Amino acid sequence: MEAVTKETERAKTFRLALSEPSRHLAGQHYVVRLTAPDRYTASRSYSVASAPDESGRIELTVERLEGGEVSSYLHDVVVPGDELEVRGPIGGWFVWRCDSPALLVGGGSGVVPLMAMLRLARRSERRDLVRLVVSVRTPEDLYYSEELPGPEATIVFTREAPPSWPRGPGRLEESDLLHALTPGVTAYVCGSSGFADHVTEVLGRLELADEQIRVERFGPTT
Amino acid sequence: MKFTRGFEGRGAAGRNPRLPPGQYDIGSDWPVLTAEATPNIAIASWSFAIEGLVRRPVTWTWDEIHALEPGTYEGDIHCVTTWSKFDVSFGGVSVDTLLAIAEPLESASHVVAYSHTGYTTNLPLADVTGGRAWVVWDYGGRPLEVGHGGPARLLVPHLYFWKSAKWVAGLRLLDHDEPGFWEANGYHDRGDPWLEQRYQGD
Repeated sequence: MEAVTKETERAKTFRLALSEPSRHLAGQHYVVRLTAPDRYTASRSYSVASAPDESGRIELTVERLEGGEVSSYLHDVVVPGDELEVRGPIGGWFVWRCDSPALLVGGGSGVVPLMAMLRLARRSERRDLVRLVVSVRTPEDLYYSEELPGPEATIVFTREAPPSWPRGPGRLEESDLLHALTPGVTAYVCGSSGFADHVTEVLGRLELADEQIRVERFGPTT
Repeated sequence: MKFTRGFEGRGAAGRNPRLPPGQYDIGSDWPVLTAEATPNIAIASWSFAIEGLVRRPVTWTWDEIHALEPGTYEGDIHCVTTWSKFDVSFGGVSVDTLLAIAEPLESASHVVAYSHTGYTTNLPLADVTGGRAWVVWDYGGRPLEVGHGGPARLLVPHLYFWKSAKWVAGLRLLDHDEPGFWEANGYHDRGDPWLEQRYQGD
């Protein structure tokens, strides 16, 4: 563990130096495994927020879940200098290689793997390939708030928007995604089950074919 | 074995022996995890097929499959993302019943389960026989919800739950192993939770 930075009241980004550096693909995740002295283990998957690079470091952004066994350990106990057992990178489906147009739609913590994709696009000077739409309840819930805004990124607030924000608070709808539909686009949808269901329905109404939609869900159904 | 500084966990002493290694009991929740958009499959056009290395390739309609001898499962399920759910109950038909009609050839060693959405998953034939697999359409005494694979899904509860293909359309019998969707994306070809066979190379 190299560094821990706070994104929001409930989310932190953990930068890890890998003992065996391995270049990931944007969208992949790592598994973090904690081992107690009595050999009990707890593992969870966390998406990589940082773009693929040669630094041998990855950033994982983790939301602290109420009663979350691993997330509460990461938030409350871990400090720089600690060693963590991780495994990865894992995943071949929800990945983007900076080689095709992508519509990235994230809800809350679902923005994490999409941030890796956005960072990759910006670093490769291919901002033209991505459009990111992130949906959060209030401005305080937005991860990467300094870095994320840009011409290719749209933020949708569902409960409370900043004063004089051009779009009033409300759920993400067709009008929020229309501008981002280019021919041959692949949509990457990430968030809770409820969010993913809603967005895939909206994308269906915008006539995106099923084959053009990739979904990654976080968390339980409720 | 290296221990994580300051982590005590929920305690192996009180650990439920029904939990495979690395899993936790999710209680009353039942998470929905899907790679693709949820489909809408009409019962009227629904079908299930067994094909490939069988003496008689067969296809059943909804009514035809419901006319077969029913089979049920009561027990636990385990997801590779580490949640386990205890005491679930599914109703449908045993895959043994279906295979008895199709009559697998001696050369058949593996199956690919495929779904109406294009999803696939591979398994050894031995893992879907001997009372270990079902095609199910009821959950907890009610029709299976579309988000959980309704109208019908495959159920292979002794393996990680990604093998229990949602919206299942059929089984193709082969004489070799052929990685399905998640298997080609880094997950294990067999997926036994008690051996923690989560990823390729485990």
